[in-house]
Amino acid sequence: MRFLEQMMKIDRRWIYLAIGLAVIIPAIIPFTVPVPVSKEVKNVHDFVENTDSNNPLFLAMDYDPSSMAELNPMAEAILKHAFSEDRKVIIVTLAQFGPGMVEEITTRIGKEYNRQYGVDYAFLGYRPYPAITIMLMGTDFRVPFPQDYYGTPLDSLPIMQGVKNFNNVRGVIDLTAGNTADMWIVYGNGRFNFPLAIGITGVMAADYYQYLQSDQIFGIIPGVKGAAEYEQMIGKPGQGKEQVSYQLVAHSVIILFIVMSNVAYFATRRQKKTIGGAQ
Amino acid sequence: MTGGQLLLNGLAAFLTLCIFSFLYRDNPFYKFAERLVAGVATGYWTMLLFHTNFVPVVWNRLAHDGRYEYIIPTMLGLMMWTRFSKKWSWVSRYSIAFYIGISSGITITLSLYASLFRQLEATINQPLTFDAAGISSFLIIVGVLSALVYFFFSAAHKGSMGVISRIGIYVIMIGFGAGFGMTVMGRIALLVQRVIFLRGYVNSLTAFFGG
Amino acid sequence: MKREIPLMIVMVTGIIMFLQYFFPGRFLFIPFISSEKLFEFLNDWVMVIGILSLPLGIWSLLKANVNKLKAADERFYSAILLMGFLVMVISGWMPEWRTKGVHLAIFQSVLIPIQSTIFSLLAFFVASAAYRAFRARSVLATILLLTAFIIMMRFIPMGPISDINNWLVEKILMVPNMAAKRAIAMGIALGATATAIKIILGIERTYMGRD
Repeated sequence: MRFLEQMMKIDRRWIYLAIGLAVIIPAIIPFTVPVPVSKEVKNVHDFVENTDSNNPLFLAMDYDPSSMAELNPMAEAILKHAFSEDRKVIIVTLAQFGPGMVEEITTRIGKEYNRQYGVDYAFLGYRPYPAITIMLMGTDFRVPFPQDYYGTPLDSLPIMQGVKNFNNVRGVIDLTAGNTADMWIVYGNGRFNFPLAIGITGVMAADYYQYLQSDQIFGIIPGVKGAAEYEQMIGKPGQGKEQVSYQLVAHSVIILFIVMSNVAYFATRRQKKTIGGAQ
Repeated sequence: MTGGQLLLNGLAAFLTLCIFSFLYRDNPFYKFAERLVAGVATGYWTMLLFHTNFVPVVWNRLAHDGRYEYIIPTMLGLMMWTRFSKKWSWVSRYSIAFYIGISSGITITLSLYASLFRQLEATINQPLTFDAAGISSFLIIVGVLSALVYFFFSAAHKGSMGVISRIGIYVIMIGFGAGFGMTVMGRIALLVQRVIFLRGYVNSLTAFFGG
Repeated sequence: MKREIPLMIVMVTGIIMFLQYFFPGRFLFIPFISSEKLFEFLNDWVMVIGILSLPLGIWSLLKANVNKLKAADERFYSAILLMGFLVMVISGWMPEWRTKGVHLAIFQSVLIPIQSTIFSLLAFFVASAAYRAFRARSVLATILLLTAFIIMMRFIPMGPISDINNWLVEKILMVPNMAAKRAIAMGIALGATATAIKIILGIERTYMGRD
């Protein structure tokens, strides 16, 4: 009884230690876990796969370093997929600390696949006020972005020739950690009706399935598990796939915590009832 | 990895540990890293706004392209700065009014269309057949209506309304439970990424000094 | 003048943006006004106003920290913040600041690790919350707990049970979870629309502050 009561009042730092150890184990002893592919992630993969080389994809990387752990693996997997299949990609970021990350990822993966900046991909840069930017891009990319991130006028980039607005791209994939996803759905798809898919963080993942069922979005990549599924489909395991083994151990520990705390809760409650009844 | 890169990664590893030290208790190392990032982030954003936003969107249009119609929004933008003066802060209302008016006008139509009409349509536009898909469609209708009834406070939640709103709160709880389950994945991912970084740093240190 | 004109600006711009949605070609059938151009023009103005007003926040932060330099206990941390800001601003003037150099190095070695580590602390807090608060105290709490449990179990390989669990996860996400989130989204859309209408009609004026 005393043990169970103590277990219920355990210092939070012991829990922190357990979680810390749980994520260190796979770092020391690496292992892989199979990842079944879900339909909503496959839809995004197939969309990139079925894009023709002349019709650019539009990738919005609307996230800051705070959520890069979940969204960078998605961005890398999509870019690797697009570049390896000779697809053109136009990239933008509507997150204030996004440009530094986007620049690094696009340049690195571009080099890895021998893609030429301005011809095979372009990075338009960052603008504040996502809703306004999305609506302005819907009329003409050149209105919110007269120049790309590097200061080159958009008309000088071969990839932008004949690309005025969302009508001239195959579709939009938005990777986001905030309500920018809502803005792409409401102000982007709602007004301009382009095909839209979202890659979102685990925290947001359960909140967007209604838009999938209503066909306002055609796919969802939910958190690192979604990224791992995408990596599996393109046969290029990366951080998403690596993360799944860590997730397994950490989830097991948290599930164990929940079971333990409930066992302790019910046992102490029954004990209290018995004592109360005896008195 | 070069020595310079190793040093920069060392700085990143040190700052990572400074933040983790908060788990024990608040301390000067955590405070140092927290304030440092606030300053660096503000500085980064300032330069980003200046070079990649102010220059192409405001300055170039006025100074190089001769598009003088942008004088009006530029004036409205500068009027926002009167907020620092008690006497003149009312002037900034003109700029705020412009922003609020335009946003409100757009919100009405698009919000209703994307988040209400399309959602309503998707709820009722499903065939109610005697198979798995039909049952799901039926449960979606029941779920959406009961959850809406739970949020409807203009009628007392008694009798049939009480029963429906009770079903509604059960449905909402499943939604929140699903949200929590997904959140665990998200939060763990953030920690794992830092652990992977630290492991990589330790490996590069070993490789650098151990040959 | 101080209130009436801003209210009028809100009403006029709000109504224009509302109406242009219903006139895809010519705005109100006026021959030389294109709805799309009007939409683009007004939104572009908002962007310019916005870009010029964002430095207000930066200025406020710097001012507050310059003032804190006078307080003995906060002096060091405010100095760190201001130093971080100055280093980023100065390095932001160097050529090729976007692709290499001190500016990008600090972004990658200071901003990225600190910001991502601060958020990774949430992994510990979510585990603690799961242990302390996730108890089957009532029917509602049990539903929440069970749902989260099933969602979390999708990471644990359990042979054929995993197939059943994955099927269950898909059903939970696509039926009750979806119904709950749809009801909430519809409520938010109605709320946003009502607020926008109140703002345009001048009933809601809190954005103007006090005189």
